[in-house]
Amino acid sequence: MMKVVRGFYSVAYSVKQCKPDVICAYPITPQTEIVERLADMYANGELGNCEYITAESEFGAASILVGASATGARSFTATSSQGLILMSEVLLSAAGMRLPIVLVNANRSLSAPLSIWNDQQDSIFMRDACIMQLYIENNQEVHDVMPIAFKVAENRRVMLPFMVCMDGYKLTHAYEPVDLLDEQMVDKFLPPYDAPVKLSVDKPLTFGCYAPPPYYTEFRVAMQNAIMGAGDIMLKEFKKWYKITGRDWGGHVVAENPDAEVAVITMGSLTGLVRDVVSEMQKEGKNVGVVKLRTFRPFPVEDIKKALKNANKIIVFERAVSFGHEGPVAIEIKSANYESGADVYSFAVGLGGRDIPRDLIREIIDKVIEGKVEPGFQFEGVKPFEEVIP
Amino acid sequence: MTKFINYTSTVGTKNHEVVFILTEVRFHGRGGQGVVTSADILAVACFKEGNYTLSFPTFGAEKRGTPVASFLRVSDKPIVLRDEIYNPDYVVVMDPSLIGIVSVEAGLKDGGMIVANYPDSADELRKILNTQAEVVTINATKLAMEELGRPITNTAMVGAFVGASNLIKLDTLKETIVEWFKNPKLSEKNVKLVETAYNMVKEG
Repeated sequence: MMKVVRGFYSVAYSVKQCKPDVICAYPITPQTEIVERLADMYANGELGNCEYITAESEFGAASILVGASATGARSFTATSSQGLILMSEVLLSAAGMRLPIVLVNANRSLSAPLSIWNDQQDSIFMRDACIMQLYIENNQEVHDVMPIAFKVAENRRVMLPFMVCMDGYKLTHAYEPVDLLDEQMVDKFLPPYDAPVKLSVDKPLTFGCYAPPPYYTEFRVAMQNAIMGAGDIMLKEFKKWYKITGRDWGGHVVAENPDAEVAVITMGSLTGLVRDVVSEMQKEGKNVGVVKLRTFRPFPVEDIKKALKNANKIIVFERAVSFGHEGPVAIEIKSANYESGADVYSFAVGLGGRDIPRDLIREIIDKVIEGKVEPGFQFEGVKPFEEVIP
Repeated sequence: MTKFINYTSTVGTKNHEVVFILTEVRFHGRGGQGVVTSADILAVACFKEGNYTLSFPTFGAEKRGTPVASFLRVSDKPIVLRDEIYNPDYVVVMDPSLIGIVSVEAGLKDGGMIVANYPDSADELRKILNTQAEVVTINATKLAMEELGRPITNTAMVGAFVGASNLIKLDTLKETIVEWFKNPKLSEKNVKLVETAYNMVKEG
């Protein structure tokens, strides 16, 4: 059923259809209404046997879910920004303990200075956590991705947390038409979670305990194997989802013109606007293409190589900074595509919620094509300012 | 009702290379006046008439009284643009005290229209804004005080906007308002408010 809903509801409704056993969260802007809507559903008895637990902090919320997930419960949380960072200690353990917790991160910038607005610094910060990361373009995509996230996370060959990253405000606060999933459809796709190992009084176990040097490495190797293998499992589930719903979101990477000499890489809600600018440029006869990067972890090296095979100039729109180096997505692109020798131009735009107007995107692509800018990393749309420290 | 294609998939967007924006509306007001809600109500109402819609706010720290804005796009094609609206077809001003503080008329398209909650005449406001654009004024604060007893002007302004723009039918808007306000007393009052404002604009 097609309905105009807010991004929050789009997530909450899809999570409800996934029949989680435990939801535990702590509210933070711009995630708040996701868990408010789930709390409404819980209060109205729409969540079946699900437990909704309010926590005293994000640290508490993540900790409660580690316990829940270890007992074999399908577990969900949502957070943002500082909340994700406060969760991070626990989430790293969840990954090491191989707990398939699914979380939605409503992307928001990190302090300091305090900013409640959108960029992708928070989830990018979690890059090395062994948590899968998928970036979302619109509210139908996030609605469709939730069942896939549970299914991939809970796959016995994976067993790792899955983080769905959606831009705060741009998506969470937007009303738009979403085709709401029906229960039978999701039930058919996503069976109940059957944990291969779980905490139980009948068979006492310990999770994530002490591993001295003779053992630690092998645990980490198993984690790396699991997340590297998760890529193919995701692709399979994406395809199954397409068959069921008729909505094709593509694979890890969606290259809309793989023969392009100038490739523009985006992640998240900016993609639609970039696609629009690029299609206008194509009509002018310019050989430009959009590469939408959906999966950031595991990083889809082969897909990226394929998508960039003809590109001699690669433009990356970064929504975060790897301070002390450069744009975090460009780092990955360069490492994946190093054999090609293409020039990579990486531009940090829209940090802390600054709007990214259409004209700015056009201007950036134009100046790269015309050779007016050197390859490398730069901030775009910066105002003149004085250093505060004399 | 238009048939909804699979608008969000890659396949869908490929079929619609050209994004055909029909109408862009920017709402100005102050926190607490329902600026965001106005755009949202219209997103739902316009969808009912078979359009693709997208509404979103500029978001402050939710302080009452601070100038805020929200945006609405309505199209017969899937909407992929999520940047703020710099060149609106319509501007709706919820609060007269914003005039002179926020340049509400900024970027308005040629042939665009400003619908404002303003106690004086349209000519007066056109002079102050120094604009050639069509201006429609209505004293929405007075209407809202009479009907709701509170200066929340969003429903009155939504009614006035629909009356001035003819974007959708009054009945569709009324139906949306009834669904929006779950409290029947409140929805009744707001439906009346919408109707009054709509008719006032229609009668000039």
